[in-house]
Amino acid sequence: MTAHFHTHTHDGSEQAHETSVRLDIKGMNCASCVASIETGLKDVAGVKAATVNFANATAMISYDPLQVDTADLLNAIADVGYQAREATDATDDAEKKDEAEREQEYRTLINKFRLAALISVPNVILMYPKVVPGLTTLIPPGSEIERWVWGAMGLLTLPVLVWSGSQFFFGMWAALKHRSANMHTLIALGVSAAFAYSVAAVLFPGLFPEGAAVEPFWDVTTVVIALVVLGLALESKARGKTSEAIRKLIGIQAKTAFVVHEGKIQEIPVEDVVVGDIVMVRPGDKVPVDGIVEDGTSSVDESMITGESMPVEKSPGDEIIGATMNKSGSFRFKATKVGKDTALANIIHMVQEAQGSKAPIQRIVDQVSGYFVPTVMILAILAFIIWYDFGPEPRLIYSIIVLVTTLVIACPCALGLATPTSLTVGIGKGAENGILIRSGDALQTAERINVVVLDKTGTVTKGEPSLTDITVMPGFIDDDVLAFAASLEQYSEHPLGEAVVQAATDRGLELYDTSDIQTTPGHGISGVVGGVRVFIGTSKFLAQQNIDTRGLEDISSIFSPHGKTPVLVGVDNKPAGVMAIADTVKPDSKAAIKRFHEMGLKVVMLTGDQQQTAEAIAREVGIDQIFAQVLPEHKSDKVKSLQADGNVVAMVGDGINDAPALVAADVGIAIGSGTDVAIEAADVTLIKGSLHGVATAIEISRATMRNVRQNLVGAFGYNALGIPVAMGLLYPVFGILMSPIIAGAAMAFSSVTVVTNANRLRFFEPKGATS
Amino acid sequence: MTWDQWMVTAVGLALIPLIVWFFWIKRGAGSRAATIGTHQEVHVLVKGGYTPDTIIVKRGSPVRLNFRREETSTCSDTVLFPDFGKSAKLPEGKTVAIEFLPDQTGEYDFTCQMGMLRGHLIVEDA
Repeated sequence: MTAHFHTHTHDGSEQAHETSVRLDIKGMNCASCVASIETGLKDVAGVKAATVNFANATAMISYDPLQVDTADLLNAIADVGYQAREATDATDDAEKKDEAEREQEYRTLINKFRLAALISVPNVILMYPKVVPGLTTLIPPGSEIERWVWGAMGLLTLPVLVWSGSQFFFGMWAALKHRSANMHTLIALGVSAAFAYSVAAVLFPGLFPEGAAVEPFWDVTTVVIALVVLGLALESKARGKTSEAIRKLIGIQAKTAFVVHEGKIQEIPVEDVVVGDIVMVRPGDKVPVDGIVEDGTSSVDESMITGESMPVEKSPGDEIIGATMNKSGSFRFKATKVGKDTALANIIHMVQEAQGSKAPIQRIVDQVSGYFVPTVMILAILAFIIWYDFGPEPRLIYSIIVLVTTLVIACPCALGLATPTSLTVGIGKGAENGILIRSGDALQTAERINVVVLDKTGTVTKGEPSLTDITVMPGFIDDDVLAFAASLEQYSEHPLGEAVVQAATDRGLELYDTSDIQTTPGHGISGVVGGVRVFIGTSKFLAQQNIDTRGLEDISSIFSPHGKTPVLVGVDNKPAGVMAIADTVKPDSKAAIKRFHEMGLKVVMLTGDQQQTAEAIAREVGIDQIFAQVLPEHKSDKVKSLQADGNVVAMVGDGINDAPALVAADVGIAIGSGTDVAIEAADVTLIKGSLHGVATAIEISRATMRNVRQNLVGAFGYNALGIPVAMGLLYPVFGILMSPIIAGAAMAFSSVTVVTNANRLRFFEPKGATS
Repeated sequence: MTWDQWMVTAVGLALIPLIVWFFWIKRGAGSRAATIGTHQEVHVLVKGGYTPDTIIVKRGSPVRLNFRREETSTCSDTVLFPDFGKSAKLPEGKTVAIEFLPDQTGEYDFTCQMGMLRGHLIVEDA
């Protein structure tokens, strides 16, 4: 994720080529190891310096990249008897640190809030002394005692300003150094103005015009700080929740693996598993890394990766995904992807990248945000001048109030948070459902999709032929014919043959001994099965063997219109039956296409098949339009022609053969298989190979964009209404002037509202998904 | 109007062009990336903003920007280069490198996730 090479010039000389690398070293168990590794490294030509740190088991090496590379360094360390690898910062460490930081900030903010709230209580009471019976007699208004009490409150307010409000001043200062201004600037200016006025009012009341009701605004200072700090704390907490999905993903990684080493099973940390290791998985274990099952069978719960709730059966040769949960059986598998190459690591990486990306809609905010805060400052000054010049008495008090209120109510945070928070939650939600959305751009475009183009093979259908029907001539039995055919076909390499063998296996048929096998490529196969000669192939092939194929041809003509390939079988020179083989539709394709229609999408299918075959499938699953006999290289042209008609097109394919079409489409959606999740050409990758994922992806996009719009309208609307009201626009007509305290509350809760609204997306559930 | 009103008006109106000038017009000189090894490299401090906030690089050779965030404010915890499709989380106190190849001249922005902190990357002809 992060680059760990730190290059720098050596002593500033331009010519020196020097790079440094940090390596993690394993197997160091004594301090003397340090010396031997250092010596071993320094002996390598091109190594400038090597420092081994025993405590954290790392080596820091400076070297000339023109003479040696990292591999040489790793070898040099291996030569002296230790294992090394490039140091990586584990993703989960970064995420944990992130969480700890957030927690720390939250706690500090809450403490700051407590102090500000505590001091606010007496401040507010003293501002409205009539509320407490007897207080006005104790502290008579306008008396010397009142001034002393005010002075005391000022002293209590000071720590609130200095400590509880410190982040506003630091934030303002840091931004000013970069000639920019932010929320901190506004709050800092607002509370400073209120505080400075209050100090002047208490210490030098004579400065103010005779008759002006001079009283301090301590309450404004402390209550605004209390509210805004509380808002920041709640916002920080709520923002933490937005990345819940990614934390869940990071959390599901297995910690250890049981590796078979020299016949013994050892438990080792998952980071130490290397490609080729044989890993043992028992019932209830987490699969540590990606691999291929070697022996044993089991059912594995892959829901954490694919979103598929049904456990998946695994037998030798099947792909197994790291971090999934083994249910029933035990099995051993060979590790094929470890560390940052695993499906899970790729998923985490992709999701993080996507969550950090920007949706185009964000540009509206970007254009405004650079101008927002200074504009508010100017508006606050203008309001002050107008109230001072033309406002009612006490003019100064009113002017100060509108100045403070305008500065405090403006909330650039709500604007800034509106898009990214929803995006983070939406993309995370996708990942939870086995849908990897590559960027904010893809998420936004997916909302407008009105045509879904499906590649037939592997997308609508399973992409592998299977036996759908078998019809036999009088005197023959289905299973017998299938057993004969499978006995012969097991020696064929034809894909149709595999379908026959699979069907026989599924039915639990016993196969016969077979001999004298002859294949005529493109036509058929023959051999002696259980003592009789069997022919399998086209009608021409069987006719050549003097078999009467008329009955078989009649049967074939029933299958062909349905897009099924008829395979004729002759046994002992007699016509025996016809097997129909077809690429079958995935069980949930029809339901998914129904969902597309419910969402108002037009569904188009692309295929290289004959019109007839394509129509058969289209009828079966409910496709609106087909493009048959499309050559692979013309798929992208079809997508473009649909776009030329003004459609926003999603192309769904396997990501390999369809790459150009995926790229051409507005949103390219790849149906991934197993551990191959990083499909370059795709904007969206579905980990689970079901079309439901496409519908869910579009639903998520629609829900997220709706959420973004709510946030943007809310945030823009809030500022567009709040600022004029704060400036006193309603005063001349309705006599309404907003209190700075209300402004502080509104400002604090506007950004919390935005984040909370984004968090609502966490409860999104895909509508039609049955699984 | 009384004298104090004239004063307030004059001071207030004078502040406005000052704000405009300070925040929008004046910009600091950029920092030119030094070529080290194969990369053009610049260290960027993230603290209330990006220092330097204007980075000048040459077109056609890879750029490595080492970001180091030295504040706890979560506002700056992610830096984005939307034009290059790059983004990175910036844990406090850790140097995080962002690498990309600028293949077109022009001016690009990099920002925090909310767009409040801004920096400019100027890609010049080599």
